[in-house]
Amino acid sequence: MPENQGVPHVPESRNVPGKRTRLSLVWIVPIVAAIAGVWVAVTRILAEGPKITIVFRSAEGLEAGKTKIHYNGVDVGTLTAIRLSDDHQRVIATAQMAPKTESFLVDDTKFWVVTPRIAGGTVSGLGTLLSGAYIGMEIGRAKEKRRDFVALTEPPVVTGDVPGRFFMLKTSTLGSLEYGTPIYFRRLQVGEVASYVLDDDGQGLTVKVFVKAPYDQYVTPNTRFWHASGIDLSLTASGLSVQTQSLVSILIGGIAFETPATGPVLPAAAADTVFTLYGDRKEAFQLPARDPQTFQLVFKQSVRGLTVGAPVEFHGIPIGHVVALDAQVDVKTFEFSVPVTVIVDATRFGVKVVELEPGADMATVRRKLLENFVAHGARAQLRSGSLLTGAMYVAIDFFPDASAVTMDWSRKPVEFPTVPGELEGIEASITKIVKKLDTVPIQAIGDDLKKAIVHLDETLVSARGTFDSATRLVAPDSTLDTELNTTLQELSRAARGLRVLADYLERHPEALVRGKPGEAK
Amino acid sequence: MSTPAATAMTLGLQGCHACGLVSRPVPGADEGSCPRCGDELSFRKSASLQRTWAFLIAAAVCYVPANVLPVLTTVTASGRDSDTILQGVVLLWSPTGWPLSLIVLVASIMIPSAKIVALVYLLVTVQRGSVESNVQRVRLYRMVELIGRWSMVDVFVDTFTAALVQLQPLMSVEPGPGLLFFAAVVVLTMLAVESFDPRLIWDAASGAEVQRA
Repeated sequence: MPENQGVPHVPESRNVPGKRTRLSLVWIVPIVAAIAGVWVAVTRILAEGPKITIVFRSAEGLEAGKTKIHYNGVDVGTLTAIRLSDDHQRVIATAQMAPKTESFLVDDTKFWVVTPRIAGGTVSGLGTLLSGAYIGMEIGRAKEKRRDFVALTEPPVVTGDVPGRFFMLKTSTLGSLEYGTPIYFRRLQVGEVASYVLDDDGQGLTVKVFVKAPYDQYVTPNTRFWHASGIDLSLTASGLSVQTQSLVSILIGGIAFETPATGPVLPAAAADTVFTLYGDRKEAFQLPARDPQTFQLVFKQSVRGLTVGAPVEFHGIPIGHVVALDAQVDVKTFEFSVPVTVIVDATRFGVKVVELEPGADMATVRRKLLENFVAHGARAQLRSGSLLTGAMYVAIDFFPDASAVTMDWSRKPVEFPTVPGELEGIEASITKIVKKLDTVPIQAIGDDLKKAIVHLDETLVSARGTFDSATRLVAPDSTLDTELNTTLQELSRAARGLRVLADYLERHPEALVRGKPGEAK
Repeated sequence: MSTPAATAMTLGLQGCHACGLVSRPVPGADEGSCPRCGDELSFRKSASLQRTWAFLIAAAVCYVPANVLPVLTTVTASGRDSDTILQGVVLLWSPTGWPLSLIVLVASIMIPSAKIVALVYLLVTVQRGSVESNVQRVRLYRMVELIGRWSMVDVFVDTFTAALVQLQPLMSVEPGPGLLFFAAVVVLTMLAVESFDPRLIWDAASGAEVQRA
C-alpha cells in the first residue's frame, strides 16, 4: 500500500550512541536477592544449635514447638517434635538446642519435666502454671558428647553444683518420706531426700539424702539418722514429754540426724556412706547389740502385759528385749507355762570380763560367770513397768533366797531360771497366811474371851469398892485428914519451942549449967 | 490476507510515549531520543526480556525465604510463637475458619507463585517465538499486571498488626524476617511485570506473518 509513504514528514530521532551495554545492570537484582537469601540461610544454619533426642515416659504437658528447655532459667532449646517410640512405650522428643550449647550435651547431662509440684514442704515450678511445663536441665561434668538422653522421671532435688554430700540410708519402710523431704540437724533444715530405691532383694529401701555444706561435716561415721516424722509422746517419771522436729516435719515427715555426744570424735563421713535409718530417736541412740545371747525364760504365770519387744532389764539397765512368747504344756503334770525368748546383750551395760586367761575360751568363761550369777541368786522376774498400761518387763535381779538350780547348757536356747513376779510372790504369802488363819480355833477363843470378860466385869466391880473406900479415906473432912492436921500442928509447935530453946541457949549458954537466972532467986 | 499487519516497528517508526510524536530512528540505530521532547525512544522496551528474567529470578530466589522464614512472631506470656505463612494457613484452617485460611493461601502463596510461573511462561514463549494463543497470553499478562499490587495486602496486614498489637508485657506481635522477603517478592514481580513488553508477544506473530506473506 502506497499510503505508507504518504506519512507526512516523519522526523528522524536523535541518536544516543553507546548508551547500552550487552549485559544489563539489572542482573544485580537477582544476585543481590540470591546473596540475601544465602546469607539468611547461612546465618540460620549457623544459629542452629545441635539437635538432641530425649526419651520421656509420658509427653504430658509437652508440646512440639512450644516446650522450652531451661537451664538455670535460661532458654537453651525448644522441642521440635514428639513421637512415640517403636514399642509405643515411651515418648521420643526431638529438641533443637540453642547455638553453642554443644558443651552442655555430655554423657551425664540430665533432663526432666518441670511441672508445678508440692514436695518437701515447698512448692516449686509455679511459673509453669502459666507457661506450661518446660524441661529442666542439669549439665553434667563428663567429657563424652551425647545427643540422645533419657529424661529423669522425677526432678532431681539437688541441681547444679550445690556443695554438700550424699549419704545412703537403709530403712525397712519408706514411711512418709518423699522426694525433697527435709533433713534436720538440731531442728535446722540442712538437706533433702534426693531419691529412694527399693533394694534388689525387696527387703528394704535405700534412701539417698543430700546434706548441704557446711552441715555435711557434722555427719560422721557414728552419726545416727532417724525418722523425725510426727510427734513422739512419752510419759515418763518426770512427766509428759513431747518430742517433735518442726511443724513441717509433723505434717510431711522428715529425717533428723545427730551424733552421740559420747563416743570418739570422728572425722566427717565420706560421701555415699551407708547409715541405718532408725524409727525414732530413742531407737537410734540405743547402743547397737554387739554380743547378743538368746535365753529362754519359763514363767509359770500369766504373761499378760508382756509383749514382743518388751525390755529386759538388769538392775534397771536395759540389756535386751523379748523376741518371742509361746505357751507350752507339760503332758505329765498338765502344767502350763510360758517360755519367753529374750535376746540379751551383756556388753550393753558395760559388763566386761577382766583378767581373761590367755587361751581361755570366751564361751566357757561366760558360762562359768553365768552359773556363778545364778548360784548367787540371779533370776528373771516379770515386773509391771507401768501401772497405767499394765505393760510388763523382764527384770533380772538377785534373789539370794531362791532355790538352787542347775543350768542346762545343752538346750538351745539356754533356759535361765525365773522367780515368780512380785505380785505373785505377795499373793503366795497372803495365801499362806490365810491358810494358817484357817486353822486358828476362833470360836473357842471367842467363848473363852466371853468368859474372861464376865470375870473381868466382877473384878472391876470389887475394884470400884476398893477405890471408893480409898477416896473416902482421903476426903477433906475425914478423920484421917483431921488427925493428920492436928499432928502436924503439934509438930510445928514442938519445932518452934525447940528453936526458942536454941536461941536462948546461944545467948545464955551458962543456963545449961546454972538454969534460968529468974529461977535461981 | 494479502498484506501483513503493519506495526510501527515494521514501518521503521517510533512513537514518543511522552509527547506522541512519531519519528524515524537514525539509520543503523534502534534507539534514540524524541526530536521534540527529548524522551527516550525505542521500538520495544530496552532489554525487556533480560530485565524481566533478572527480576523474575530475583523474585523466585526471595520466594524461598519468604515462605520458610516466619513472617509473624507473637510474644505472649506463655512464650514466643513464630509462624511462617504456611503455618498461618494451617493455623487458620478449621471447619469455620477455612474461608479465611483459603484467602491467605490464595493471596500469599498461590498468587505470588502463579505470577512467577505466568511470567516464566510468557518469557519462554516469547523467546521461542511462539505464535500460539497470543490473545490469551496478552490477557494473562494483563491479569498478572492487575493482580500484582494486591499481594502487598499481606505485608500491610502484617505491619499493621505488628504496630497495633503492642500490649507489653502481655502480648506483642513482631514482624519476622520472612515478611521482608515476601515484600521483596511482590515488588520484584511487579518490576518484572513492568519490564516485560507485551508487544513482544505479537512481534513473533507479525514476523511470522511477514515471513508467510
